Amino acid sequence: MKHAKPRVKVPKKAAKGDVITIKTLISHKMESGRRKDKKTGELIPRKIINHFKAEFNGTEVFSANLEPSVSANPYIQFSVKVDESGTFKFTWTDDDGSMYGTEKKIAVK
Amino acid sequence: MNVTRRQTFMLGAGAVAFATLGTQATTALASPESDKLIADFAGGKTPASGRIKLKAPEIAENGNTVPVSFTVESPMSADDNVVSVMILALGNPAPKVGEFNFTPMSGKAAASIRIRMAKTQDLVAVAKMSDGSVFIDKKTVKVTIGGCGG
Repeated sequence: MKHAKPRVKVPKKAAKGDVITIKTLISHKMESGRRKDKKTGELIPRKIINHFKAEFNGTEVFSANLEPSVSANPYIQFSVKVDESGTFKFTWTDDDGSMYGTEKKIAVK
Repeated sequence: MNVTRRQTFMLGAGAVAFATLGTQATTALASPESDKLIADFAGGKTPASGRIKLKAPEIAENGNTVPVSFTVESPMSADDNVVSVMILALGNPAPKVGEFNFTPMSGKAAASIRIRMAKTQDLVAVAKMSDGSVFIDKKTVKVTIGGCGG
């Protein structure tokens, strides 16, 4: 889906050892597979983001498995302890296998 | 909304669970499916209360997006941390909402999400620690407009 646009908020700077808060949101309908098409009465097939992963300098720091009970435009907020400067990589996986991703840099002093 | 046979059954099961709520505060749950999910997640341990704190609104006007967050007390060091937290919405057609996996690099075992809730029901959060112990917290949320379609 072309409309899946990730948005992530990571502080630009932090002190060594700080626990920072990261906010992520991706625009996605999260079709639960339980809704019916109003015209045909048939079920609309499930299509959700089923996995989210956050990596820091290549190491996984947080991940989540999501189910249809997660709202549309899934919002996830979590924490990471940073000891060095580096790059966060965020990946969302769709039911059809497509992946959406974005990266953010942080400077740690 | 038409009440199907399945929903009638679920309502009955819910009523029974509600009746026994007073005596079994930590383990009285609404359906066998969620009981099994928790048992599988806990890996044979009995979930204890404490350490995990679930936060959700008492009344959710819109069941389509209910903000839910949790924190787990843990030093989050290399040998003592929270491995994963599962969230269940016991009254949803599929109770499991998601599983959140932490690492010592998380610094703090806390996360927030927004979830769908079909009706007024209990939310449950279960945390699994690196030493295998399991903690549980529960909260009832009143839902004005259900958020699961159909």
